Amino acid sequence: MNDTDILYMVLTVPVGEIMEKHPVCQNFFKNLRIEDIERGLPLHQALEKADPETLSEFGLDRHAIQREFCDFLNVFAGRSDATGPEITSITIIGGHGKAGDPENCQITINRGETISIVGPTGSGKSRLLADIECLANCDTPTGRKVLIDEQNLDDERRIELQGRLVAQLSQNMNFVIDLTVNDFLKMHAGSRHSINIDDTVERCFVCANSLAGEAFGLDTRLTQLSGGQSRALMIADTAFMSTSPIVLIDEIENAGIDRRQAIELLASRDKIVFISTHDPLLALGANRRLIIKNGRISRVITTSEEEKACLSEIERLDARLFQIRKKLRNGEIISRNALG
Amino acid sequence: MQLITVAGPPSSGKTSVILKLIEAMQIAASDVGVVKFDCLTSFDHLRYEERGIRVETGFSGKLCPDHFFVSNIEAAVEWGQNAGFKYLITESAGLCNRCSPYIHGIMAICVIDNLAGINTPRKIGPMLKMADIVVVTKGDIVSQAEREVFAFNIRQVNTAVQVIFVNGINGQGATILASHAAKARSIQTLRDLKLRFTTPAAVCSYCTGEIRIGNEYQMGTMKRMEFKKP
Ligand SMILES: Nc1ncnc2c1ncn2[C@@H]1O[C@H](COP(=O)(O)OP(=O)(O)O)[C@@H](O)[C@H]1O
Ligand SMILES: [Mg+2]
Repeated sequence: MNDTDILYMVLTVPVGEIMEKHPVCQNFFKNLRIEDIERGLPLHQALEKADPETLSEFGLDRHAIQREFCDFLNVFAGRSDATGPEITSITIIGGHGKAGDPENCQITINRGETISIVGPTGSGKSRLLADIECLANCDTPTGRKVLIDEQNLDDERRIELQGRLVAQLSQNMNFVIDLTVNDFLKMHAGSRHSINIDDTVERCFVCANSLAGEAFGLDTRLTQLSGGQSRALMIADTAFMSTSPIVLIDEIENAGIDRRQAIELLASRDKIVFISTHDPLLALGANRRLIIKNGRISRVITTSEEEKACLSEIERLDARLFQIRKKLRNGEIISRNALG
Repeated sequence: MQLITVAGPPSSGKTSVILKLIEAMQIAASDVGVVKFDCLTSFDHLRYEERGIRVETGFSGKLCPDHFFVSNIEAAVEWGQNAGFKYLITESAGLCNRCSPYIHGIMAICVIDNLAGINTPRKIGPMLKMADIVVVTKGDIVSQAEREVFAFNIRQVNTAVQVIFVNGINGQGATILASHAAKARSIQTLRDLKLRFTTPAAVCSYCTGEIRIGNEYQMGTMKRMEFKKP
């Protein structure tokens, strides 16, 4: 729908019908405390019956509300938010390390690819993720530059992409809202006009459960989820609901989730995934890894066939550790046998 | 001198955001001045001074903070002009949700935090609705999904707004904010510019010092709630 279509609809179609077609509109009226508006009439006539005192408290008259309703529809119903920004690759052009030494590196990453970032604490892994997030343009402490689709971004494109390009997940993140898993997923899906809510909620939930070691229900409260369960839910939610083509993950190692499956899931959704990590499974699960030393990318290593072959052995070790943890938790005694 | 007005609920992170913004703008501390409009007490000036940034603080005391802002903003601009600043940033603590110390044509930034509750953007009113940019803080500790719903709720109220997530501790996001701030309008005076929203009507007997409760003490502009019959 373009501006004229929207205006025509608002002028001619009864409010109730618009709400039915675009349920998100109910919020517009709730926010203005006029949710009991006469639904059988087009907006302008319906507003004649609304309390003018309430409207004036918001600094609005009927004309202003009509204009704002058109803007609202334009943003939330007019354009499709199904795809998110259409990009195919991101390029990082090196700047300098902490000591000002040059970072001779240029790397391009395509959709569906996973890159891990390794290095000691304080070496600059999170800084690299931050450079990607803000689309650094030689204006951060590292002097790095980020290109999208191998092109310099002009101001306009930069602003257009800001906030839509990147989804983030880190150790420090928690759910703070007190809702059930079901209500929360529905709310998130509801903020995306173009998706089928029930279907997406279901897929997210099933997928999160298969990533998490311990099962949880749709009626579990978010605040009661374990660390692993909430991480699993966040990853599934990012995979199915977020339109951001790039996912930045900062150290989620001790979460007790199926990490390899998690990364595969994101990559299969055609995301570019960056993972800062100390975890061998995640580091080697990526196609390439960046080695960070003293603030700069000192090497780019492509995961070799041999390393890939090692992954399964590392996974077995990891699973064994997991079993020991589980036994301890259940009050069992650990024997030499358990170490295999 | 370029003027930027910043407002937001108490503890939302206004001072941290302004400090990170100044850092990201890569300007000398002597080129920027801050005027803090607060209510009763403020310690923010210490944080500015610590970084060599000149700051003036005004307390609205028993006046409505918006009325206080509009009657002092011109003098604040004059102070900044005389000090030779390139940028003047005002910081207002929005104490009621109706506070909206923004001026037409002058960059208006509202700072709110992600922990404030997911529906809070829908309740804040003109302070958020009238802003050009809404900066969201404390996003680093909530889930991506909550950030997305939060931003969605902001856009519902202010469809034209730029939503920018800024981490007040490590400054992540401040570069983006700085690129917007660089476009703030340059002014010599505010004379004849207009507020974006009327300040709260506040001329009742309680504004002038009445403290007794009861119908006979209530004069001026009053608004009564209607309670349903039990
Ligand atoms: N190239 C660089 N130049 C200057 N400072 C840097 C550079 N890289 C990283 N830093 C700074 O070093 C500190 C530690 O980096 P951080 O990214 O938190 O490390 P890590 O995530 O690896 O533990 C941060 O304050 C960061 O801004
Ligand atoms: Mg880190």
